[in-house]
Amino acid sequence: MKKQTIIVLMQDQPGVLTRAVGLFRRRGYNIESLAVGHSETPGISRMTVVVESDDVEQVTKQLYRLVEVVKVSDVTDDPTVEREMVLVKVNAVGPTRTEIVSMASIFDAKIVDVGGRSMVIEMTGTPAKVENFIEVMRSFGIKEMMRTGRIAMVRGLRTHQAPSAQEVNNGPAVESVATLN
Amino acid sequence: MSEQRTGAQIMCEALIREGVDVMFGIPGGAIMPFYYAMWEYRDQLRHVLCRHEQGAGHAAEGYARTTGRVGVCIGTSGPGATNLVTPIADAMMDSTPLLAITGQVGSHVLGKDAFQETDITGITMPITKHNYLVKNVDDLAYVIKEAIHIATTGRPGPVLIDITKDAQIARTVPNWDQDINLPGYKPTYTGNRKQIREAIKLLASAKKPLIMAGNGVIMADASEELRAFAERTRIPVITTLHGIGAFPEDHPLSIGMPGMHGWVHVNRAIQDCDVLFNIGGRFDDRVTGKASTFAPNAQVIHVDIDPSEIGKNVKVTVPVVGDARMVLQTFLEDLPDQAELSDLYGHASDWMEHIREMQSKHQHKQQYLKRPDTSQLMPHDVYDAMTRILNDRGNYRIATDVGQHQMWAAQLIDWYSPRTHITSGGAGTMGFAVPAAMGIAVAHPEDVVWAIAGDGGFQMTNQEMATIVQEGIKNVKVAVVNNGYLGMVRQWQELFENKRYSGTPLSGPDFARLAEAYGWKGITVEQVDQVEQAINDAYAHDGPVLIDFRVEREVNVFPMVPQNKGIHEMLTEAPETVTT
Repeated sequence: MKKQTIIVLMQDQPGVLTRAVGLFRRRGYNIESLAVGHSETPGISRMTVVVESDDVEQVTKQLYRLVEVVKVSDVTDDPTVEREMVLVKVNAVGPTRTEIVSMASIFDAKIVDVGGRSMVIEMTGTPAKVENFIEVMRSFGIKEMMRTGRIAMVRGLRTHQAPSAQEVNNGPAVESVATLN
Repeated sequence: MSEQRTGAQIMCEALIREGVDVMFGIPGGAIMPFYYAMWEYRDQLRHVLCRHEQGAGHAAEGYARTTGRVGVCIGTSGPGATNLVTPIADAMMDSTPLLAITGQVGSHVLGKDAFQETDITGITMPITKHNYLVKNVDDLAYVIKEAIHIATTGRPGPVLIDITKDAQIARTVPNWDQDINLPGYKPTYTGNRKQIREAIKLLASAKKPLIMAGNGVIMADASEELRAFAERTRIPVITTLHGIGAFPEDHPLSIGMPGMHGWVHVNRAIQDCDVLFNIGGRFDDRVTGKASTFAPNAQVIHVDIDPSEIGKNVKVTVPVVGDARMVLQTFLEDLPDQAELSDLYGHASDWMEHIREMQSKHQHKQQYLKRPDTSQLMPHDVYDAMTRILNDRGNYRIATDVGQHQMWAAQLIDWYSPRTHITSGGAGTMGFAVPAAMGIAVAHPEDVVWAIAGDGGFQMTNQEMATIVQEGIKNVKVAVVNNGYLGMVRQWQELFENKRYSGTPLSGPDFARLAEAYGWKGITVEQVDQVEQAINDAYAHDGPVLIDFRVEREVNVFPMVPQNKGIHEMLTEAPETVTT
């Protein structure tokens, strides 16, 4: 099965995330990564979901069946900028501190907290780079780690813009579901 | 109109504004404020007190399926709400516009395992088109309007509104003027003209085309357009279980029902056809059999209002998203004149002849109706008499349950009009028929509504017989096709499990006496020569009647496509039983 990246624009309402995620669950697809947050339009959330699926078209259509879903884009084969963020708390005593700092700087990571025996480092990058960074940090002893889901945006002029606030309030002007036609 | 009202009063007024005139339900703690308010509106809003919420749900489905309007059912929180789950799931599978209103515990105890609290919005998320939890009285007027809009537009379906008790009690000045605002919900009704022309081109070049009509034709009230389209193109029409009634079965172009218990010649025609025009059907597995072997030679045109149905089960050459009626109207406008359809016409009679040949070879109904050497009452004696008497008398509607009797009804009754055959197709919900018939009877007091059920399904919801009496509903007649088995399961056990009748022999009370106990007229029929008289007696009695047809116990439904077989691999009789 292929990894698919799907961007979903949906109305920001209680339960909408459960509904969207439920569609994947129902088909037994495992969600590899999920990130949800506000979009450029108030009231519309943007969700980036990475899922292993061999029938992404069906999933896309099923998502459209949800009343709150405004737009679904499969960006798997589009050129995209993809980012993840990770916070890592590593053991940091004595000389290892300088070692950690220099490693962090190689990865463009930031030291965001220094404690008596530990440091917290924040790092942002492509999923592969984040993976690499975590590998390196392991040698110092990771005490705690938190990774965000992946967010993605298509490069260049092509947009997957949320409808404007005016469009949301006044209805239409949203690309119809009937792209099939 | 700027007076304050309670949430419960707003619920009543909002429903009346949306054209609701009857609701089926049962009160309980968390929905009591709604019932309190309902009393004031009882002249406009009839409440039918059911005996079980499942009955209320199916009754609302029967109402909805025969009127095209939203059917409303009510339950309280907790078990009241969970008892509605089955009819909601049923409505989801069969695209029925259903509104379920449930009471919920007070918002201050929500999520704290309060008495009779159940997360019904969570439970029904995958089986509703949409659902709401309303905690604020100010949301009620709009939510009810939006809920009914969603339930009845696009591909219809069930919507549930769960309303906390405090929201029903609180007061506010309702705002009736909020416009529906759903940026993500814009159903497509008119089919794309380019696609329709593409489809016409494909049809015009076909030598063996077929039209398959499904539930969508009935929901869109497109029967007339379908008939005009079939007649202009001279293409044979098959009607799926839910398409029954969309096209009159006495029409020369009608060839019958496809699928697991469809006719041999219909399934063969599907396997032989070169263009399959499916309008308003979703290629359910009971229609396709093993999907990979379905219609191997056909290019498929699929018209459906739900884009997610297209390409789901069967590969489609020309998809058209839209409402069956509006799409057919465009087809009719764009069809070339007769001269240009000469290719299509040229093959039409050969193709039809071929189908009719297959039909007579497999002897259609006759082979199936061969009377074994017995004087006992056969199931088909019942259907035989029913189709004759009911069609003579006219103005009837039939709700069937699920199982053997349901397939016999689909096969053996002659169907002519849309919304006369109502059944649980997708979900296959036993217990559907009696409450559904009640809902239909409420919606259509001018018709005689028959429920045909097996003895198994009948015993799942027969408590609604009391509702029918209390409500003074006189136009319901029940025919129990009683064979003392969960017959369809028994049939599978006979054919595929060496007659190991595990859990299928079924006893019941004397149904006629049970009916009498409920205040119905009860009739028992055991002989062939009593059938006609019993049905006529049922008509003569001014009130609900039950006929217990005690039929031969081990009769099978044929033809049959065994599970996971292609539709060309039909059994027309029981194979030699292999004994171990």
